[in-house]
Amino acid sequence: MARVIPVVKRRQIAELAETGQRMDGRSLTDYREITIKTGVIEKANGSATCNLGKTQVLAGVKYEIGDPFPDTPNDGVLSVSAEFVPIASPDFEPGPPNENAIELARVVDRGLRESKILDTSKLCLVPGKKVWIAWVDIYILDHGGNLIDAAALAALSALLTSTMPKAVVEGDEIKILDEKQPVPLRDRPVTVTLAKIGDKLFVDPTLEEEEVMDCRLSVNFTEDGKICAMQKGEAGSMTFDEITRAVETAKVKSQWLRKYVPPLVKTDG
Amino acid sequence: MKKVLSMETKKLISDDGIRYDGRKLDQLRPVKFQLGILQNADGSAYIELGRTKILAAVYGPREIHPKHLALSDRCLIRSRYHMAPFSVEERKSPAPSRREIELSKVIREALEPAIFAELYPRTMLDIYIEVLQADGSTRCAGINAASLALADAGIPMLDLVSSIAVGKVEGQLVLDVMDKEDKEGEADMPVAMLPSKDMVTLLQMDGSLTHEEFIKSLELAKKGCADIYAMQKAALEEHFKVSTNNSEEA
Repeated sequence: MARVIPVVKRRQIAELAETGQRMDGRSLTDYREITIKTGVIEKANGSATCNLGKTQVLAGVKYEIGDPFPDTPNDGVLSVSAEFVPIASPDFEPGPPNENAIELARVVDRGLRESKILDTSKLCLVPGKKVWIAWVDIYILDHGGNLIDAAALAALSALLTSTMPKAVVEGDEIKILDEKQPVPLRDRPVTVTLAKIGDKLFVDPTLEEEEVMDCRLSVNFTEDGKICAMQKGEAGSMTFDEITRAVETAKVKSQWLRKYVPPLVKTDG
Repeated sequence: MKKVLSMETKKLISDDGIRYDGRKLDQLRPVKFQLGILQNADGSAYIELGRTKILAAVYGPREIHPKHLALSDRCLIRSRYHMAPFSVEERKSPAPSRREIELSKVIREALEPAIFAELYPRTMLDIYIEVLQADGSTRCAGINAASLALADAGIPMLDLVSSIAVGKVEGQLVLDVMDKEDKEGEADMPVAMLPSKDMVTLLQMDGSLTHEEFIKSLELAKKGCADIYAMQKAALEEHFKVSTNNSEEA
């Protein structure tokens, strides 16, 4: 944050945007190249990497048995965390997650949670006592901008390809079996982030663009095209017209983006 | 954040469009503002938005510490949103939660565009928001109070920042979401803006909205912010009128 704002670079990016172009040759509404690989960590119950241009994010899912929240005693738990590990950027330092890592985790968390992707009612083992907890951990490996979309794609892909162990309740004990069972998943929420620089909106901003942006808006859509979460970030402002335009663009891009995401395997169990 | 289904059968909105607490769909809860109620702070304000009660205090611009945080071209603005342990049903641990850390960030980002930070290079400005009682829309109420505390501290600003949440409850859009509506409703969308400038500085949403509902929610938020703005201005006028009288007596 203490970086001096490169005034010259901002002017260059803004002038180029006037003709609908960007520094890396994309149009204002293009994503960078996207590659998603799933099942990259065998010891996780689900995992995926998402490469978005120079950005690389790894997400891992672990299912564990734990206590439910007191206000939802019969529901399983979904928990998303993010680590900005120091290998990913000269600006990242070791230590507990800072506000940027916490914001990222909570934005990805809301996107997944509000889409109701995980049917937590089916993750209860002993009502009021023991439930399955889905831990989604996001690891930023290389920061090249737009961590939110890359992290959301990695987390979603890891969840969609995850399996969970089978467990049986015998009296007071819960036995985890070697068998696997499918995870009760219901949706494929996708997040689209746009950066605002001057009066232009940039889909999928690079790190260079993020360094000079006024603010960003992330919009999360469920598969049926409804908005399920939104977050404006950074200390700039948007007009009502810009917000409407951003949401419209994001909706179109979300449908396109979903083709990179693994299919949803419906479970009836 | 958890949506809990209540066992009660009373509907959140009656057939004739009256909400759980007797309000109309686009009606705010009773609002009360008070300025300058803390002695040590450079500026302070208190808000009641229904049963949501929040104190905001501003310290600065003051000498920056630690020094390496100093920005050569502007004031460093920091904010802290914090909930009192007794502000919610079950005691909340006073240690900052992930939620409070995120809210501190988005609140700072909602206020910063209004502040002429470039007038105070190499200094810092601290904005503290203490939630004394939470009954929904605490980030919005916190922003409303903090914006008045900034004005009370005499910080040059582009405009006041006004904030309100729009919700979706039983399929209908409602203004100024209280806790019960947030927990049992279908969507919550807090918005903050500089009302005279067409500048939206905070926008978050969780739940489920169609595109049409989202556009209508934005319009409703605009109306709510205008209502809050009028009350903020009235509170400011009232406060400084009293201050002037006092100084004449002295």
